[in-house]
Amino acid sequence: METQIIDGLSSGNEKRQVTGQLASGTNLVNRYLIQEVIGVGGMGSVYRARDLHFPNVVKLVAVKEMINQAPDPLVRQTIVQNFEREANILATLSHPSIPRIYDYFTLENRSYLVLEFVNGKDMESMLAQTEGFISEQQTLSWALELCDVLIFLHGHKPDPIIFRDMKPSNVMINQHNRIMLVDFGIAKPFQSGQKGTMIGTEGYSPPEQYRGEANIQADIYALGATLHHLLTRRDPRLEAPFSFAERPVRKINPSVSIEMEAVINTALQYNASDRFKSVEDFKSALLSAGKKTGLLQHIGPSPAAPVFQATGIKPIWTFQCEDEIRGSAMIYNGTVYAGCYDNNLYALNAATGEFIWKYAAEGGIVSRPAAYEDSIYFGSEDHRVHAVNARSGKVNWTYYTEDRVRSSPRIAEGHLFIGSDDKFLHAVNLVTGRRAWTFDTGAEIRGTPFVANDLVFFGNEAGDFFALDFRGQVKWRYKAKRNVTSSPWVQENSVYFNSMDGYLYCLDARTGFLLWRFRMDKPSIVSPAVAEGLVFTGSADGCIYAVEAKTTREVWRFKTDHQVNGSPVIYRDSLYCGSVDGNLYCLEYRTGRLRWKYATKGPITAAPLAYDDIVYIGSHDHHLYALLA
Amino acid sequence: MLNRIRDFFTTLLGKNKTPEPALDNIVTAPLSEAQLQSIRALSASRYEPMHLLATTAQSVGRQRELNEDCLFSLSSTLAGNTGSPPFGLFIIADGMGGHQYGEVASNTAIRVISSFVMKKFQGALFGMPPTPVEESLQEILQAAIAEAQKAVLREAPGSGTTITAALVLGQQLTIAHIGDSRAYLLYNDQRMEAVTRDHSLVRRLEELGQITAAEAAVHPQRNVLYRALGQGDNLEADITTIPFPMNGYLLLCSDGLWGVVPDADMRRIITEGPTMQRACQNLIAAANAAGGPDNISAVLVQLLG
Repeated sequence: METQIIDGLSSGNEKRQVTGQLASGTNLVNRYLIQEVIGVGGMGSVYRARDLHFPNVVKLVAVKEMINQAPDPLVRQTIVQNFEREANILATLSHPSIPRIYDYFTLENRSYLVLEFVNGKDMESMLAQTEGFISEQQTLSWALELCDVLIFLHGHKPDPIIFRDMKPSNVMINQHNRIMLVDFGIAKPFQSGQKGTMIGTEGYSPPEQYRGEANIQADIYALGATLHHLLTRRDPRLEAPFSFAERPVRKINPSVSIEMEAVINTALQYNASDRFKSVEDFKSALLSAGKKTGLLQHIGPSPAAPVFQATGIKPIWTFQCEDEIRGSAMIYNGTVYAGCYDNNLYALNAATGEFIWKYAAEGGIVSRPAAYEDSIYFGSEDHRVHAVNARSGKVNWTYYTEDRVRSSPRIAEGHLFIGSDDKFLHAVNLVTGRRAWTFDTGAEIRGTPFVANDLVFFGNEAGDFFALDFRGQVKWRYKAKRNVTSSPWVQENSVYFNSMDGYLYCLDARTGFLLWRFRMDKPSIVSPAVAEGLVFTGSADGCIYAVEAKTTREVWRFKTDHQVNGSPVIYRDSLYCGSVDGNLYCLEYRTGRLRWKYATKGPITAAPLAYDDIVYIGSHDHHLYALLA
Repeated sequence: MLNRIRDFFTTLLGKNKTPEPALDNIVTAPLSEAQLQSIRALSASRYEPMHLLATTAQSVGRQRELNEDCLFSLSSTLAGNTGSPPFGLFIIADGMGGHQYGEVASNTAIRVISSFVMKKFQGALFGMPPTPVEESLQEILQAAIAEAQKAVLREAPGSGTTITAALVLGQQLTIAHIGDSRAYLLYNDQRMEAVTRDHSLVRRLEELGQITAAEAAVHPQRNVLYRALGQGDNLEADITTIPFPMNGYLLLCSDGLWGVVPDADMRRIITEGPTMQRACQNLIAAANAAGGPDNISAVLVQLLG
């Protein structure tokens, strides 16, 4: 019923009072005079004692005690036999890093091992008693010594000895700064299917050791784990098991060399077959890493190179307008419709880019057009919403607001919903072009409203976010700290939008309760996109982010060279997003890996449009591009 | 179901035994309004207002003397001209066996978390002045866990507990979780899925493909946790937000239940009922029937709407 708590702080420092501990001055078997307790192990204490067979000198020994408390007599006998067998093996080993065994004996239910006394501290105590990182050079020197002793053990005939318990508390550093390997499993607690929950794991053992398989590679993993702990000061027993990859050495201790980190990473591979084949290989990898002559070799797998074409991407077609294209394009019936700051709405053949018609409004168009039953609708800075015939470009009706329209329309239930700089949300009857109702929000509305679950969602430049029903009544509202220029995205009862306060918000669509928010480093006007439980967004900090919707965990981020103001779009298994640095990026949306990028000659603030294997994007360089997706 | 409709009509229309009509003389008559209404009533399953139904069950088990589990269940409904979405808070905590004060740790954690959350959301009930809730639901649960951690370190030092806390607001379910107690969702299509991840060594080995689920179930170290409330300096709870399936169930339970009763059996017991309360008691009984090696606790919640 032993419960172990690993708190990383004990060992060496506290000499806990243990029942049955031998008192100082006790004479053991008329030879060993117990001086004091120097450590407490799982099954008994370790004492410093004086060997009285050498009366003229003070010969110090370490006496390791094992109290055998197994209730079953057969089990008790087995423990003693194991103990004796290992003691016999160790008695034959002779190595400068392994303490000599002088004697062993059993008294009633206690067994004792008399060992060479090591005058020094174990690595765990040393870490606890010092501050700051241990130097790579010192770590390397100890690592090489540990490799030597492991090579010695693995080379034992007839059977290799697998140490199986490499960890800082089992490595002592003597007064000559040389390492000594202690605890060869003799005093290991006998585990008999424990009841009750234990907290804490071993931390340094590889996965296969929990299946009962421990080979040479297990010692390699444990040595890698020990070095990782030394260099990062992060105790693996306090972390999730086998999670070293989440704590790269150089991320915690940037002074460590890339080469050393790579060697440790190889030793820490989950699969035994991916690690070094032998400790000799481990040692020569360490030696190579240590050579500072410029012959430094990259050991281990190099980071996956992105599949990346720098040049060679040519657009299928391009179309030049007379001013910046700031808004997104839309496709309807094989025609691409795009608004431009030159006041025109262009209709082009989606496959060839051939010009079909253009319609002149009286103000710049940043709105993304919407289509419904052969008509195209969009807003313009001429204060109006225009409805034009999709095929001919002839106007059906226009609708006046009191100020510039920079929002994009959303069509639902026979109505068009659009915001305006006049601070109102307008609901317009699609057929007649007449106002159904307006809603006063007190600040400009620039995003595209999203319609779902019988509600209209949108934000404004004062940071207010609204959910209205189709009659224009407020269902709920929420206040962010700064402008919500972003268009919201609603998926399965959750509303996502960004604010210039730097947060990506997730609200419950029905009640407006804030479920969670994700912080980015700078303001964001990007409209998020959602796919497969991931929310994609960007920020003026130049990054494109992928955030897991359920847990708010950042899955990846991709850094561009300038602000990301345009919204990302998901198509097939790629994410397309433009940046103010002029590039359109194509990333794998699950991993954030770059597939390709295409450089336009001006900032991109629009969202790309993907359809039928073609990606359309407009740029401030006056062009609309059609690229192969 | 169809039999009931047929019987209903037989009673309504009288036992007129019409002779077998010739096949080409069959006339289909439209249903009357009364008939339509009855059909609608039979198949109506909406509840107004939307609210939560919860029941709990617990046993010390067959082999332990002390109950170190602790559970909490609370749901509240405010409906009327102005109402609130249904509110529910359900927590399970399993104190560490073999430790000192395992039962103090679990009890403390639950007390602190429930009072923290209640003050945030139901302050009006305590006459507290209304302060708008600025933090997100996830942030609130995270703060509640941090408070619980401090309290457990203070009141039961050296001890530990698992904690699985579910906060329901409307149809959004937010769960904060540490350890190996579990939360399951039972959907209308009979699918039952665990929505928490055990912070156990064997789960990690399973995730890495080192052992199979079957091996994990009998592994000698299947009780070893690498994370617990009351242990460790940088405590991180898993916090998730998922939609609560309408008319579906949430089951919170300690390992005294899931470790002993297979998932398929738990699902069957819940769907067999006949009431939620009886089903919850039957879950505990099933665990005891299988030997009851540990304390057993369960909270079963249904969202009705």
